[in-house]
Amino acid sequence: MLNFSKINILFIYLTLFFISVFSLLNFQSKDNILIDKKVNLGLDLQGGSYLLLEINSESLVQEKIQSKVIPLKKLLNDNNLNYRDFKIKNNSLIFKLNDTKKFKSIFLSKNENLVNPYIDNYRSFELDFKELENKLVEISFSKFGLLSINNSALKQSIEIVRRRIDDVGTKEPTILQRGEKRILVELPGLKDPERIKELLGKTAKLNFRLVSENSEFGFDELMTETGEKLKISKKIVMSGENLIDAQPSIQNQQNEPTVSFSLDRLGAQKFGRTTTDNVGKRLAIVLDDKIISAPNINEPITSGNGVISGNFSFQEATDLALLLRSGALPTPLSIVEERTVGPDLGEDSIKSGLISLIVGFILVIIFMIYKYKIFGLVANTALIANLLMLVGILTILEATLTLPGIAGIILTVGMAVDANVLIFERIREELKTEKSIIHAFDSGYSKAKITVLDANITTLIAAIILFAFGSGPVKGFAITLGIGIITTLFTAYFLARHLTSIIVLKNSNKEISI
Amino acid sequence: MIKNINFVSKFKTANIISIILFILSIFLIGFKGLNYGIDFKGGTLIELRTDPSINASTIRDSLNSINLGDVNVKRFGKVGDYLIKVEQKNTNDNNLIPEIKKKLSNNLNSEIDFRRVENVGPKVSSELLESSIIAISLALAAMLFYIWIRFEWQFSIGSIIALFHDVVITLGIFSILSLEINLSIIAAVLTIVGYSMNDTVVIYDRIRENLFKYTKISISDISNLSINETLGRTIITSTTTLLALLSIYLLGGEILRGFSFAMILGVIIGTYSSIFVASPILKFFSVSYKTLEKKEEKILP
Repeated sequence: MLNFSKINILFIYLTLFFISVFSLLNFQSKDNILIDKKVNLGLDLQGGSYLLLEINSESLVQEKIQSKVIPLKKLLNDNNLNYRDFKIKNNSLIFKLNDTKKFKSIFLSKNENLVNPYIDNYRSFELDFKELENKLVEISFSKFGLLSINNSALKQSIEIVRRRIDDVGTKEPTILQRGEKRILVELPGLKDPERIKELLGKTAKLNFRLVSENSEFGFDELMTETGEKLKISKKIVMSGENLIDAQPSIQNQQNEPTVSFSLDRLGAQKFGRTTTDNVGKRLAIVLDDKIISAPNINEPITSGNGVISGNFSFQEATDLALLLRSGALPTPLSIVEERTVGPDLGEDSIKSGLISLIVGFILVIIFMIYKYKIFGLVANTALIANLLMLVGILTILEATLTLPGIAGIILTVGMAVDANVLIFERIREELKTEKSIIHAFDSGYSKAKITVLDANITTLIAAIILFAFGSGPVKGFAITLGIGIITTLFTAYFLARHLTSIIVLKNSNKEISI
Repeated sequence: MIKNINFVSKFKTANIISIILFILSIFLIGFKGLNYGIDFKGGTLIELRTDPSINASTIRDSLNSINLGDVNVKRFGKVGDYLIKVEQKNTNDNNLIPEIKKKLSNNLNSEIDFRRVENVGPKVSSELLESSIIAISLALAAMLFYIWIRFEWQFSIGSIIALFHDVVITLGIFSILSLEINLSIIAAVLTIVGYSMNDTVVIYDRIRENLFKYTKISISDISNLSINETLGRTIITSTTTLLALLSIYLLGGEILRGFSFAMILGVIIGTYSSIFVASPILKFFSVSYKTLEKKEEKILP
């Protein structure tokens, strides 16, 4: 175990050198053009917000099943199927039918079925057909139908969340899908997450509807911002989808902040027609079921441009414009988990993390020299190399360093010497029985090998499980702990062994104690 | 520095103490319960820094005027730093935090800095608890399996009982001291599992080696010899690990305090259990070199 070929030695020191060099990249002040790699600081160290958003699929499914009513009734009428007792209950459509067989064959046909499309990816229809007693039929979304509704709503939400966040202009946000219903948002360096939370909390469904008591579509009674109750037709003149741009503006006469918008061709046509036909009436601008304002239509607006006023502050006008530009979310998003760390706490954490690392490191080094003298130096050299390699690998992987991650490094310092301690203790034992010093060292290394491996693999297993199940900062701990074990094995079995062999072979004719 | 301490003679006393502590811990966890943090119970946590002249009860009074339910305010680290914990409410209120901030700065007439805000919803907290339990169980199962492959089933049982012993007693101490259990404590528990296992494996490895070396000696004497032979290493490694952990505990800041405290407990208990729990179990199963014979070729290099 103490013989090293030249190639071996070259391999050890080249590996050590190359990996360690990467750790130095973290100390350069300017961005390096050649190798731009750095350990990322976790949100708990640099400050920032972590948000977990969840789409509200319940309201979405309700909406979707409602949208099936008209096409379904049309399908029934077109095929001369008489239905009665049609009702919506618990997100399913229930009605009575005489000829259920005929309906079933039409409803479950794979060809150009617009009411109940066949989803090829899942090999399933969007809707399930169930026959209850007494010719009752129940239609509800199938498992995969729900999945695809959630999926498309989630994809769309992610897109809109991204647009809203980009519009605010935070640096390097992370926006990812998590599972079937959730969106993970990480906003590093953000001081006040409240504005973003507010922006993400609004669905921003905008529509224009006439104020009218007698509408053939029925009406809703909604409140205006000023507390006035208005009856508003259910018929949507035009919705936010027809907007192509929205910007905050200042209305000259009163110096009042407003939002100017422009419409696409279709929107402009609809808007023009309605305003022409209804001069003198009031048009309500409804955002998320609240009336922002309900101005009188003084003259037809055919240009496709308009202004929304509503006693906004300039900030509110800016935010509303942003929301309208980014489009409406398919469902409300709720924040199911939030973790925000202020930048000064992050700085404090880095400081205290580094201080405890340095102190822990020095304590361990002093203890090892006290215990093993010259071989303590060997173990300490291995420990320093270990740290350099650990940080080097973290840099190569561009891993995220969190506060628990720093704790993982400190713990690695404490536990890394274990490999060398196991070996040195074994050599001590061998020295008692073995006459030749070289032999004693040699067999010490080879006998301790299995134990060192076994002992470290157990910790590695714990680290891997921690990585798989841990979240955020805990994952950072698992990464440093796991990589620490690998670098520990390398430094103990290659570097420290080589250093030991140099000492032993040089002093082979003298007494060596360990 | 091989000593010759008669550990085996102390096995019995140690085992009684262990069993008492273990049962006591189970009772504590069962009846007194664990003090779950917001990670597992849901709720809102705010760490704030304000003028040192303001005390906890002023903050508490100010918060009681908004209907928040159960509010807990306590000092956290430096003077003027406080930790506010608000119990989970049924409704998911996105405006809770700005509301609290507004209320506090109005009532206290002083600059208030929210240094950290954590808000965990009821669904997420139960998921986090579930995945933590899965993680710990999986870690225990993986260890069981690994030792079973590398040694024999008797060793596997011995090490897993030692691990249970460590985890349960550590949690029992957390229960009696009402210390908070959060995600980082789970990380600590998993690391304890790894560390304790590491310690047990070192002794087991030596026992296995000695079983082959001295086939005539009883398992009690083999255990004693093996524990003594590895004692130097056990002491040195736990010392260096404890040195590192003490440094985190004292200097690593408020956030890492619970984590490092759990680890310190775990290292001490884990070291003890390798000697006084894992080894006696081999004696209980009357392990001898014959137990290992069929695996001999596979294991020894």
